[in-house]
Amino acid sequence: MSDQEYTPKSRVGKWFNDRLPLLTLANHLTDYPTPKNLNYWWTFGGILTFCLITQIVTGLVLAMHYIAHADMAFDSVEHIMRDVNYGWLIRYIHANGASMFFLAVYIHIFRSLFYGSYKAPREVIWIIGIIIYLLMMAAAFMGYVLPWGQMSFWGATVITNLFSAIPLVGEGIVTWLWGGYSVDNPTLTRFFTLHYLIPFLILGLVVLHIWALHVPGNNNPVGIDIKKPSKDTVPFHPYIVIKDGFALLMFMIVFAFFVFYTPNILGHADNYIEADPLVTPAHIVPEWYLLPFYAILRSVPDKLLGVVAMLSAIFILAALPWLDTSKIRSAVFRPLYRQFYWILVADVLILGYVGAMPAEGLYLLIARVATAYYFLHFLVILPVLGYKEKTLPIPLSITEPVLGGSPSLAPAKMKERSKHK
Amino acid sequence: MSEKKTNRRDFLFTATYAVGAVGVGATIWPMIDQMNPDASVKALASTEVDVSEVNPGKTITVLWRGKPVFIRRRTQEEIAEAKSVKLEDLKDPQKDEDRAKDPEWLVMLGVCTHLGCVPLDQKGDYNGWFCPCHGSHYDTSGRIRKGPAPTNMEIPKYEFVNSNTIKIG
Repeated sequence: MSDQEYTPKSRVGKWFNDRLPLLTLANHLTDYPTPKNLNYWWTFGGILTFCLITQIVTGLVLAMHYIAHADMAFDSVEHIMRDVNYGWLIRYIHANGASMFFLAVYIHIFRSLFYGSYKAPREVIWIIGIIIYLLMMAAAFMGYVLPWGQMSFWGATVITNLFSAIPLVGEGIVTWLWGGYSVDNPTLTRFFTLHYLIPFLILGLVVLHIWALHVPGNNNPVGIDIKKPSKDTVPFHPYIVIKDGFALLMFMIVFAFFVFYTPNILGHADNYIEADPLVTPAHIVPEWYLLPFYAILRSVPDKLLGVVAMLSAIFILAALPWLDTSKIRSAVFRPLYRQFYWILVADVLILGYVGAMPAEGLYLLIARVATAYYFLHFLVILPVLGYKEKTLPIPLSITEPVLGGSPSLAPAKMKERSKHK
Repeated sequence: MSEKKTNRRDFLFTATYAVGAVGVGATIWPMIDQMNPDASVKALASTEVDVSEVNPGKTITVLWRGKPVFIRRRTQEEIAEAKSVKLEDLKDPQKDEDRAKDPEWLVMLGVCTHLGCVPLDQKGDYNGWFCPCHGSHYDTSGRIRKGPAPTNMEIPKYEFVNSNTIKIG
């Protein structure tokens, strides 16, 4: 936080700012001291803000043409695709935008895991982030139901049925969620309402996420506490704004590639068949961003325990600041953690792959091993590693290893290496 | 708070909180209950089905309360197979007689008890049904034999109105 008093230059500005200090806020945001060694993995916060705004704007436009009724939803989506001016473009941006949003959020989350951004004093930022991630999954799931295709319908059936695993009240909860005895029109209309609401809840949480970030300030690739403002920081504007802007442009190229060249590659062909409550598609798979959790669900042969395992896999992340016992934040100075980190990345990718495959034979075996390892990482490896690992010496400041005077040059080299990743 | 004596003010606080809680509850309940099945959904609670065209070995699927109901006229081999299973081999032990009043006719909800997909007819390791979603196998009586589903496929309330018509619900 820039603590010095800010006074607007113009008299009007001063008059206004005395009554509502918006200019003070704007000044705080532009001057906000940022660690000067932030690498490109730190640009995904800005990219995610862009994704959220994109989804809200395109979603708003789609809602002007979409009809949330079981008899008309499917046709109204086709109407958007064929009749509405640029409807195809807006819908493809919205549909692929969801995937881009998750791509960016996974990079953002794994960046935090590598550099220990979830550790004290940033636990609240992290937990708000996990809540945002949960809401994103809810919004994505309900949005996928709206076109009322086969995957929409059966995805909705399978996911809402997860609640039936709850003993005693489960069936009652599922009927309540459906507003009937199966997924039908009442389910569709309420999903549309909630799908419209959730992005604004996320927007509110994003404000809290950034507010909580601006209290301790950004973590950085070296993971040490820094004095702000100091030689180790640069003002957010223009330095970080330009860097974030450049990264956003690169990201938009990838985004545009999907929208214009392969707009349906991340979807399922079955969803272009209208919902039929009598026929389940031969192979039900969720969208790619939910596959690792789907694999965990299917790897447990018991219904209730499968649901418990899947939900635990998500909620365990909220406990991460306390499961990781190491005092050192950045993996740059944790040689063992760094290896386990990459094993975890591989493990999650493997879970995602087997989640897309049929749950049988070798795939099932791999899914079980990978699920066991996932929990092992968080519940055993991380807590033990904090006590056992011999960490490398950390520099006293970001500038120190660059300007020399460091007892060893290793940290500087490590930092260089991390920059090139 | 050295004195623990109840006075008029404590009583007023408690009474206010109590009335407030009842008021909040009475306001929230309609907001929650509006999501439960409405009168028009409940009104569709029963369906009559003509089964005169169903020959042995054939299954028809009808929609009841938005869910598929399988009506299968079983062959003698299927009935024999269903009856020969030992109860201790079953995950959710249930006699075939308790599931099919008339052994020839099996009427059950075509909904997998795992996560609600529609199982495929005449598939799986037990010649009954197989759920493509997560691999549950059901036998010729619709009982769960293998896979993640916890219970047998549900038997709805039904009756023969006459020899050709089944009323479900």
